[in-house]
Amino acid sequence: MYDFAYQKPASVADAVKLLGDDPDAKALAGGQTFIPVLKQRLAKPSTIVDLGKLDLRGITVGADTVTIGAMTTHAAVASSEELKAKIPGLQELASWIGDEAVRHRGTMGGSLANNDPAACYPSAALAMDATIKTDRREIKADDFFQGMFTTALEPNEIITSITFKVPQKSAYEKFRNPASRYAIVGVFVAQHANGVRLAITGAGQGGVFRHTAFEQALSSNFSPDAIAGIATPPDDLNGDIHASAEYRAHLINVVARRAVAKAR
Amino acid sequence: MPQVSLTVNGKQHTVEVEGRTLLVELLREKLGLTGTHVGCDTSQCGACVVHVDGLAVKSCTMLALQADGMAVTTIEGIAAADGTLHPMQEMFREHHALQCGFCTPGMVMTAIDLVNAHPDGLTDKEIREGLEGNLCRCTGYHNIVKAIAAAHPLMHGQAPKAAE
Amino acid sequence: MGFEGIGASVRRKEDARFLSGRGHYTDDINRPGQLYAFIKRSDRPHARIASLQTAQAAAAPGVVAVFTGQDMAADNVGGLPCGWQIHNKDGSPMAEPPHPVIAIGKVRHVGDPVAVVIAESRQAAKDAAELLEIEYDDLPAVATTLDALEPGAPTVHDDVAGNVCYDWHIGDKGTVDAAFARAAKVVKLELTNNRLVPNAMEPRAALGDFDTSSGDFTLYTTSQNPHVIRLLMGAFVLHIPENKLRVVAPDVGGGFGSKIYHYAEEAIVTWAAGKLRRPVKWTAERNESFMSDAHGRDHVSTAEMALDADGTFLALRVATIANMGAYLSTFAPCVPTYLYATLLAGVYKTPAIYAEVKAVFTNTVPVDAYRGAGRPEATYLLERLVDVIAHDTGMDRVEIRRKNFIPADAFPYQTPVALQYDSGNYEMTLKAALDAADFAGFEARRAAARAKGKLRGIGISTYLEACGIAPSAVVGSLGARAGLYEVANVKVHPTGSITVYTGTHSHGQGHETTFAQLISDQMGVPIDQIEVVHGDTSKIPFGMGTYGSRSLAVGGSAMVKAMDKIIAKGKKIAAHLMEAAVEDIEFDKGTFKVAGTDKSKTLTDISLAAYVPHNYPIEELEPGLDETAFYDPKNFTFPGGCHVCELEIDQETGVVEMVNFVAVDDVGRVINPMIVEGQVQGGVAQGIGQALLENAIYDSNGQLLSGSFMDYTMPRANDLVNISVGTEITLCTHNPLGVKGCGEVGAIGSPPAVMNAVIDALKEYGIRHIDMPATGAKLWEILQANRPKMAAE
Repeated sequence: MYDFAYQKPASVADAVKLLGDDPDAKALAGGQTFIPVLKQRLAKPSTIVDLGKLDLRGITVGADTVTIGAMTTHAAVASSEELKAKIPGLQELASWIGDEAVRHRGTMGGSLANNDPAACYPSAALAMDATIKTDRREIKADDFFQGMFTTALEPNEIITSITFKVPQKSAYEKFRNPASRYAIVGVFVAQHANGVRLAITGAGQGGVFRHTAFEQALSSNFSPDAIAGIATPPDDLNGDIHASAEYRAHLINVVARRAVAKAR
Repeated sequence: MPQVSLTVNGKQHTVEVEGRTLLVELLREKLGLTGTHVGCDTSQCGACVVHVDGLAVKSCTMLALQADGMAVTTIEGIAAADGTLHPMQEMFREHHALQCGFCTPGMVMTAIDLVNAHPDGLTDKEIREGLEGNLCRCTGYHNIVKAIAAAHPLMHGQAPKAAE
Repeated sequence: MGFEGIGASVRRKEDARFLSGRGHYTDDINRPGQLYAFIKRSDRPHARIASLQTAQAAAAPGVVAVFTGQDMAADNVGGLPCGWQIHNKDGSPMAEPPHPVIAIGKVRHVGDPVAVVIAESRQAAKDAAELLEIEYDDLPAVATTLDALEPGAPTVHDDVAGNVCYDWHIGDKGTVDAAFARAAKVVKLELTNNRLVPNAMEPRAALGDFDTSSGDFTLYTTSQNPHVIRLLMGAFVLHIPENKLRVVAPDVGGGFGSKIYHYAEEAIVTWAAGKLRRPVKWTAERNESFMSDAHGRDHVSTAEMALDADGTFLALRVATIANMGAYLSTFAPCVPTYLYATLLAGVYKTPAIYAEVKAVFTNTVPVDAYRGAGRPEATYLLERLVDVIAHDTGMDRVEIRRKNFIPADAFPYQTPVALQYDSGNYEMTLKAALDAADFAGFEARRAAARAKGKLRGIGISTYLEACGIAPSAVVGSLGARAGLYEVANVKVHPTGSITVYTGTHSHGQGHETTFAQLISDQMGVPIDQIEVVHGDTSKIPFGMGTYGSRSLAVGGSAMVKAMDKIIAKGKKIAAHLMEAAVEDIEFDKGTFKVAGTDKSKTLTDISLAAYVPHNYPIEELEPGLDETAFYDPKNFTFPGGCHVCELEIDQETGVVEMVNFVAVDDVGRVINPMIVEGQVQGGVAQGIGQALLENAIYDSNGQLLSGSFMDYTMPRANDLVNISVGTEITLCTHNPLGVKGCGEVGAIGSPPAVMNAVIDALKEYGIRHIDMPATGAKLWEILQANRPKMAAE
């Protein structure tokens, strides 16, 4: 790791200012992806702005929405009984991320801001038409993810909370990379009153994406059979030593059907 | 150099560190607590797991400065003051859940957290899933699973006993 | 205290420190004034070093020195030696190119050391290493075993034409060819044995120290055999005599073979400590482990069996290409030869066997022994071949094994590939394993799984291995440059407690307990009064270390020999004290008795008399009760057994899920059943890892794609199931304990059992063979490319 100056601001405004003052400053949320990147010397920030002191934690369950503070850990999401009753898919997704020790530190805001193409949360944000609230504005999930490791965030912009539309039914299913345990294919399916949204993570060259063919079929018939015959072209999918693009294309269908089957 | 103040195994420390100093480096190199190990550089192996404010954390994936004001417990801090082993340590010994001992501190700290989080019981499958973030190359995990299952009733049986 | 002698599952003495964070591993050791070394490694698989400028790095904050290969060569530092010489078919010696400690002129694999930066802190050394200015002229690289032999392939070493290290053979080609000519059927199989990264959980580390007063060097290192390191590094690399060099291998966090070898970093820190007059420590990061620890396996083979009409094996012919990597690691040449081809008889009475092995250089990390070392490769080849024979002939896979087993009454049995097995009973372990796995009831379970969309399979392997490599004279004639005996020093202290010093080394095997049980059983002393000391050349007379499942068979036998000397001397002292004839003294469980009387003396009476020789036969006997023995075994030992694996394949994803694993092993006499069970389970986990998960993949340019735990699949708890272990034993006939060894059986017997189960699960698809690892992605492709050939039941 390269050395850096370390700041732990007490307010969002201070954090934004620190990030704005120094173009080479970087925000640190849970650090479960970012610290390994630093350890590999793949990033060389001059200043680390630790968001750990900011009051951005908590899960607020409303009638039609659930709002989660950006610094809420995966473990908090995974263990929330209230959330489990409201959006079982989201609670389940959180329990699939990394391992227990990682979930104790990793945060939802950090995951979304990083937009790792194999991360789990972006699929939930897309499938539940989330609104990502920052220190300065609100961004729809559909506009937020802009290709792998790329988002609509300004360099000094900080996510403060994420609001999900509560679906009638939801589920997350993940096919894990056997080595890293990141998603090779992760599918979040959400059945809303006005239709189904289904997002895929882990597979796409451009990061998370919505699978419109599946969404259309499921909107008229929410059952695994409805999508069984829909193939996904492998052209824009990742291929690596663990899974070819063709295998990923196939898995998208398998994993999506399994997600639909268990949605509740 | 910045300073970090934290409690480790009940003892208060204030230490100068670099911004980039990891919690595990603070423990091993500044405080001489070499029971916590480093087995990888990608946050996968879990040899470095400690408890921070009561929760299992990979100390190789946390800056020392992030732990400011927090309470850290390491493998050196879980036995009773008189040296009596924690039930998890005792069951690891009883069930031969360790061989070379290198993954053991992280494994034990993860196992304690896992049992704490599941007061109502744990199936073998849940234990295996709960060890997702800890690698052992010696045991094949069989005896680790047995040890954790055996420690569960001892850990959750202790509270009522102490209250009597 | 309960029974704690031979046969008791005594809880381990070493566990208290490991469980409390008081283990003492190399990286836990710090010496006053210590510096830190960071090794700059090549990121090129094959390149000429056009220029290497160190001035900027040397001037960086905290840096004390930067050294290159040239600096070490200028100081007369030698290259890393190879400990085994193989001879070609024509009798000429193998190619043995130099292996500089730090690369000189050329780099030959990603990870090859290019320079070392030594600084006041780890981070300062690493920061400064970025200031090294290195210019490479890239050279074409050869990355895979088969590519090495392609005509016109780049050569890894200029003076090794065609990249062939050796071209060796064993067996009677003429007899084999004749048997093939008259065979009713020939079954042929081509297969690879996948390359593995050992990945002991403790990364390697080395700390060199120099005593400016005495001029003595000390090396603390993560080694399985400190005396061997002292010998190799002292004599061949740094030219330090043994009396000035101490090597300490403290607690070591797993080895599995990868910590046998003498590595560059050990020489670098020791040499640098002498140069700088300060201690120098190096600790591997895991990414360095991947590119600098010796890898394992990596064979490409063709196997052919000649059969008569009823399925009797007539002759076996094998051709193997083995990857040595870029340089010869310490024991690399013997692995695909004397630890592999000599095992090709397995448990079968195949009357004629011929094997030829070509070892090749590639631009990859050196390959050497990894848990099992040659024997897993032989077992995998043979046990896959037997299942393929069953597949091709329609014979039952259990019956064909039974038909060809060496029968229990045929021992000692001389194989056609040099080894003479002393004991075994393969039907016994087969039957016990089939019963434990409910093999007979499997088809019902297959049908039940089918109903839920899972392809269920069961596989068996009946295997044999050779442990405790020996005797020294024989291995010497085969090219070993070391003896393979073991040493024990047993000290009975004046008040009767015992310290035993062993040349073996424990890095997870529980020697402190097993050896204490052995001593306790023979000497009648409770194990808490017995200390087992290993891993320090300044304390232990000598030793060859721990590998090849040799510690109990060879090291334990040395202890028995030393105890025999103690007892013989004790009898003389007892005879004197009790005024009896020596021949009348009997020793049992700590007591010397005069036969036929009630007169007796305890071991403590005797030891006290030995150290306080007031009433003592001083004219004929020296004081003290302290004996050393060197034990050179008469033969290998031959553990064997049967492993049964049951698993399911998800038809939609190809992913394998383990269902059950049963191992029944004949490891000879068992000292501590709990520890034996643990050793087998750990070995099986590594075998399952090889079969289903692990693969060191190089791209065609020589870059290691699976270079971290993000891409190299280590078995995790949820990949595995409970591993049921049973033992059915026959005794080794040539060592005093009847023990055979248990450290490697798991890794040797299990991979073919798993793969045979995978292929059995795909029975209706008519699949004949799949190379390891059977990942979900690979099986899915096979399922896509094949359609069921039989109707589903």
